[in-house]
Amino acid sequence: MAAENQTPPVLEARALGKTLGGNRVLDAVSLALPKGCVKVLIGPSGAGKSTLLQCLNFLIPPDSGSILLEGREVNARSRRELCSLRQQVGMIFQDFNLFDHLSAMENVRVALMKVKGMSKLDAGELALAELSRVGLLDKAALYPANLSGGQKQRVAIARALAMDPKVMLLDEPTSALDPELIGEVLAVIRDLAQNGMTMIIATHQISFSASLADEFLFMEKGRVIESGSPAELLRRDSGSRTLAFCAKISELSGEAGEAGLAAGLGESVRAGVSVGAAGLGAESPV
Amino acid sequence: MSTTYLEFLRAELVPGLMEGLWTSIAVIVPSAALGVLIGLFAGVLRVYGPRPVRQFTEAYVSLFRGTPLVVQVFFWYFALPYISIGGHSIVLDAIPASILAFGLCSGAYQSEYIRGGLLSIKRGQIRAALALGMTTRQAVQSVVLPQAFRRALPGCGNELIYLIKYSSLASIITVNELTGTATTIAKNTWRNIEVFCTLGVYYLVLVTLATWLLHLLEDSLSVPGFERHKS
Repeated sequence: MAAENQTPPVLEARALGKTLGGNRVLDAVSLALPKGCVKVLIGPSGAGKSTLLQCLNFLIPPDSGSILLEGREVNARSRRELCSLRQQVGMIFQDFNLFDHLSAMENVRVALMKVKGMSKLDAGELALAELSRVGLLDKAALYPANLSGGQKQRVAIARALAMDPKVMLLDEPTSALDPELIGEVLAVIRDLAQNGMTMIIATHQISFSASLADEFLFMEKGRVIESGSPAELLRRDSGSRTLAFCAKISELSGEAGEAGLAAGLGESVRAGVSVGAAGLGAESPV
Repeated sequence: MSTTYLEFLRAELVPGLMEGLWTSIAVIVPSAALGVLIGLFAGVLRVYGPRPVRQFTEAYVSLFRGTPLVVQVFFWYFALPYISIGGHSIVLDAIPASILAFGLCSGAYQSEYIRGGLLSIKRGQIRAALALGMTTRQAVQSVVLPQAFRRALPGCGNELIYLIKYSSLASIITVNELTGTATTIAKNTWRNIEVFCTLGVYYLVLVTLATWLLHLLEDSLSVPGFERHKS
């Protein structure tokens, strides 16, 4: 905690506000991401999770409030500052958003060349290294049309990592995936967390995120209404809004259910981990 | 007096039409280039331009798609010289006037195909490019345009094929391209059937050649997800 006082958070949002079509989508949301910390955003659809993440790198410009990168306020009116912020803040989208006309390797390479000004050769080498990090070296030449959803999302993660970001924003990274493909993506995310990547993840994978989050932030109607460690918020007698929400979606998605959640990091979490590891193993390059 | 078709072909028709063919090509190639260029700019501006520019390009497209090409050809050749600004007026020769008319008209149609191609690329890809630190311009150049161009290519190619055929309209403002030359030969010899059927074959060959070149281009740009659908 002492270290936290000396070094400013990697990324900080102060009183972000956003109104879209007359709706208050974000209402004075503040949050800070200290280095190496993993925070998980949960909450019902339309709560503002996605808007919040996209405001953090100005893909959606907030109406009010400010963003600080390592303690320095970002001036969103300067195009240079904006591009520099976005290089340092990696973003993963629900629907991957790979560039469809480029192979997996070229998807990772293009921004290295255009944004970082790297030579084609150096950028290509780094791209292959990043792809091998997510276990896709053998798919480097394939185009998005020939990749599975899980593979696409892992290419997207490699593409973001190649820019060497200080923090990653993950906007429901597994929500568009078939159930059997979720594990391989979660394994990559777990790997990132274990290597100390600072992250904020919006997700409905409760047991998975409970096992690696430092903090849960529960959002509803554009506000963070509850925050705390997963163990705290998911304790059976906590009576939290978070617990009620998680119990409901776990029931629907066939996870271990309220009992498993209440036990905190119980059976369901271990199951999630092993599925993830198996997923990655199966996709490893030969 | 009456020679066989083959003799007529060899002695008169082919030498005459060959000359016309070169003139046709001299009209078609610059018109096509002008059309693609205008179409590309107008298409991009119609999607990404600021509002006044968007409105201007929309007006351009409505005007040139909404009036007959013959009227436009007549305008550039017969009417433009009478428009004088500060005592100066522009008089175009028949060939430049045809190129201008065909290029502007073709550009209006091309911009429609380019616009469709641009709109078919999901906005998420632009967001992803921006999120990596690209500027909007870089995102459009290296992410959107290469895909939009592949999507637009069949339509743009179709427009080029139309252009080959409507280049025959240049004959009505005295350009001696294929159709103009053929009309003259027909008048002099009264062998209308032979002349106009042979003329048709010339256009058919030109169009077939252009189709083949376009397919080569499509195939060379083909990647999974952007293949040409072979029939």
